[in-house]
Amino acid sequence: MTAAFEGIGASVRRKEDLRFISGRGHYTDDINRPGQLHAYIRRSDRPHAKIVSIDTTAAAAAPGVAAVFTGADLAGIGGLPCGWQIHNKDGSPMAEPKHPVLAEGKVRHVGDPIAVVIAETKQQAKDAAELLDIVLEDLPSIASVTAAAAPGAPRVHDDVAGNVCYDWHIGDKAAVDAAFARAAKVVSLDLTNNRLIPNAMEPRAAVGDFDPTTDDYTLYTTSQNPHVIRLLMGAFVLGLPEHKLRVVAPDVGGGFGSKIYHYAEEAIVTWAAGRLKRPVKWTAERTESFMSDAHGRDHVSTAEMALDAEGHFLALRVKTLCNMGGYLSTFAPAVPTYLYATLLAGVYKTPAIYAEVKAMFTNTVPVDAYRGAGRPEAAFLIERLVDTICHDTGHDRVDIRRKNFIPVDAFPYQTPVALQYDSGDYFTTLDAALKAADWAGFPARRAAAKANGKLRGIGISTYLEACGIAPSKVVGSLGARAGLYEVANVRVHPTGSVSVFTGTHSHGQGHETTFAQLVSDQLGVPLSQVDVVHGDTAKIPFGMGTYGSRSLAVGGSAMVKAMDKIIAKGKKIAAHLMEASADDIEFKDGKFSVAGTDKVKTLGEIALTAYVPHNYPIETLEPGLDETAFYDPMNFTFPGGCHVCEVEIDQDTGVTSVVNFVAVDDVGRVINPMIVEGQVQGGVAQGIGQALLESAVYDEAGQLLSGSFMDYTMPRADDLPNITVGTESTLCTHNPLGAKGCGEVGAIGSPPAVMNAVVDALKDLGVRHVDMPASPQKIWAIIHSNRPRMAAE
Amino acid sequence: MPQVTLTVNGKSASVEVEARTLLVELLREKLGLTGTHVGCDTSQCGACVVHVDGTSVKACTMLAVQADGASVTTIEGLAKADGTLHPMQEMFREHHALQCGFCTPGMVMSAIDLVQSHPEGLTEAQIRHGLEGNLCRCTGYHNIVKAIAAAWPIMHGKVPAAAE
Ligand code: FES
Ligand code: FES
Repeated sequence: MTAAFEGIGASVRRKEDLRFISGRGHYTDDINRPGQLHAYIRRSDRPHAKIVSIDTTAAAAAPGVAAVFTGADLAGIGGLPCGWQIHNKDGSPMAEPKHPVLAEGKVRHVGDPIAVVIAETKQQAKDAAELLDIVLEDLPSIASVTAAAAPGAPRVHDDVAGNVCYDWHIGDKAAVDAAFARAAKVVSLDLTNNRLIPNAMEPRAAVGDFDPTTDDYTLYTTSQNPHVIRLLMGAFVLGLPEHKLRVVAPDVGGGFGSKIYHYAEEAIVTWAAGRLKRPVKWTAERTESFMSDAHGRDHVSTAEMALDAEGHFLALRVKTLCNMGGYLSTFAPAVPTYLYATLLAGVYKTPAIYAEVKAMFTNTVPVDAYRGAGRPEAAFLIERLVDTICHDTGHDRVDIRRKNFIPVDAFPYQTPVALQYDSGDYFTTLDAALKAADWAGFPARRAAAKANGKLRGIGISTYLEACGIAPSKVVGSLGARAGLYEVANVRVHPTGSVSVFTGTHSHGQGHETTFAQLVSDQLGVPLSQVDVVHGDTAKIPFGMGTYGSRSLAVGGSAMVKAMDKIIAKGKKIAAHLMEASADDIEFKDGKFSVAGTDKVKTLGEIALTAYVPHNYPIETLEPGLDETAFYDPMNFTFPGGCHVCEVEIDQDTGVTSVVNFVAVDDVGRVINPMIVEGQVQGGVAQGIGQALLESAVYDEAGQLLSGSFMDYTMPRADDLPNITVGTESTLCTHNPLGAKGCGEVGAIGSPPAVMNAVVDALKDLGVRHVDMPASPQKIWAIIHSNRPRMAAE
Repeated sequence: MPQVTLTVNGKSASVEVEARTLLVELLREKLGLTGTHVGCDTSQCGACVVHVDGTSVKACTMLAVQADGASVTTIEGLAKADGTLHPMQEMFREHHALQCGFCTPGMVMSAIDLVQSHPEGLTEAQIRHGLEGNLCRCTGYHNIVKAIAAAWPIMHGKVPAAAE
């Protein structure tokens, strides 16, 4: 074991696993504070209604109840802020109606919180909430973007005309129109990207604590970014200064984006703890998660491609309506704009692109980033359009992709929609995936399936995404109200062990292992001597958290910068001890040596000298070996790759089974291949879920019909295949690690691969497009409505 | 309020509970055994699976009073007193069968019952089918299936299959 390689590139088993497999994980709901009260939130069961009256008398008098609060009690505190401002085509800012912590005057979606009951026990709070006498007067309501955009549609917010949050565009409209005018062929496709509910397995929870002797507040919460919550809640909602507010995100049971945002319940328990001078705890029941966690996707689009006679893409025109829900969630406006429309070039050298995006308010749960966030919507649109082009024109699906790929020697490549890709090689990932999936052998498998009465199809997607979010200056100019750098503090202790404090957060990604490997590798310290600390604003200088596959590319780069400072300082100390010039000191494998001599000092010796500075250049150098670095990336990173999916459809039941799935991704530098593979597999599972199973269904009025695991089809073990993962990496050119990110590729590349396979399986029936999810009911109906034609063949 | 007396992880416990208290609430809130998780309110996620008298049970489907007199094992009670992990725990770590770890306790408890009840062997399809009551949102199940397949020969005293 001692000699086992544990640095960059090793599939080290995870350091965090022992506590999780032993039942010693420490999640927010596991936290109980002395004297703690419990909060239960009464939510709207109506999509849109006027609050006529709330009588809290009976609830307040119920056993164990400490307090009942409604919107009126919270009127003095701010609304939940939005972190991104988008501008309309005419330059005016988006509509940004207040998002109250507890509803004020109106409820705007099923699940909108109306009142909170706080009692000695959870059951007492819940029982008392039943006694709240709330009179609601229903108002006309809408759930879909098309209904919201219809003339005369009811208004979700009285002061937002036409329910339009913003009407935004990007690209060169004139160039696109000109290309369409001279195109040999135009192919158009209408498609929807189905609304999803993230459903991390751990429901959200929050515990607020207040110390009346110091006025210090502590919030324990299920968050992907505790510092962001401290900033948003402290500055904008409760008016608490940062030094009086500590936010702790302990072990978090999955996030996938849904735990980025600042939610009402966090503000409620923190505020109530201060008000009641006792800790207050809230934990979501799953039903509440369905109607209060931010949802994902929900686009309705039209995509058109102009082509020349040989199948070269000349121009792409896209029109998208996207759903914001009843209020703006923290990052919602950025998702269908800068994380979606800027990705519409994909991996292709399409010279002209123009996209219009209209964001609509509806009487549904707010929609925000969910694994991939905007990029899956872009990849789905492009890759379905490419296959539809082949359907309409007879081009081969692989050839047309190769023909239009950005060539390997064209990097850095400037797209017509703002982004500049630094590196990539789409040919290699395509070839590797086709080979691993035995693309060439498919016709035989299709024939064999046909002989068994099954419909078999194969599909590919060659996709790209942008992550490593993000260069602060760039996103600032695009409307971000925060910087998006990352922070690391590397502390070498006196005897040479290391604590690393990172502003990123791990909720399944395995940072405690990956980052420890990185530090172990760079400083030459054994893995067991490195601890990674995250998730506590009292311990970590600052941080923007984990989302957008940014942790290694941005957080890891900050760590490298901090370690560079450690090494630079160590060299000075070593130079002093060995009576050499710092320029002559080399650092390798945890040892400082004087070049060309056998004089050596270990990192441990240097650390001890730094903390016990008896023989130390005290006039020129401070003691200690503890360095902090802020890293602001220079660009996004651009992972991409090729996914191949093979499906088989049972004609009698309409059930689509994924019989093979291959993902070959370019994620840049890989620290721990085992963890990367797991991330891709998990992402692919969510992508297959979107393609075949999952859908958040509202009725026309905005009642959530898929509000539990009984109605919302989560992928289970027997719905999924084994997932073969390969990596073919080119390195990111602008961060010190060459890392691109791997957390979202699975969820981005897979839905179009699955749907391209489904449509391929149905191609003999004349099917051109199927919207997600390809549920058995939908596929059965397609097959059976086409049966007569099949029989006639 | 009813008194429930049961054995949990080999230790006897006697607790007063409201009649409507679920077994999972007794474990988490009265006994502080927070390794057993709650992931849903419709008994569909399996995060709460424990063993009651040797059989896997969703602890959110059972009232605490129904467990009166029973012997309950939770994830905290799997390892030996000297800290040696159960082979299923070991294989979950070895095969990276967990990411956020939230589904893991229930998944491990279900998997142990699944392996124990199939001494004749387990195919991949049987494992996948046997996990129907357990949701994992992180892993895509691929590595969970691998871990269970790897634990089977160890738990049944067969020579461990060579690593892939
Ligand atoms: S908590 Fe979900 S099945 Fe028991
Ligand atoms: S590991 Fe996160 S839900 Fe299974």
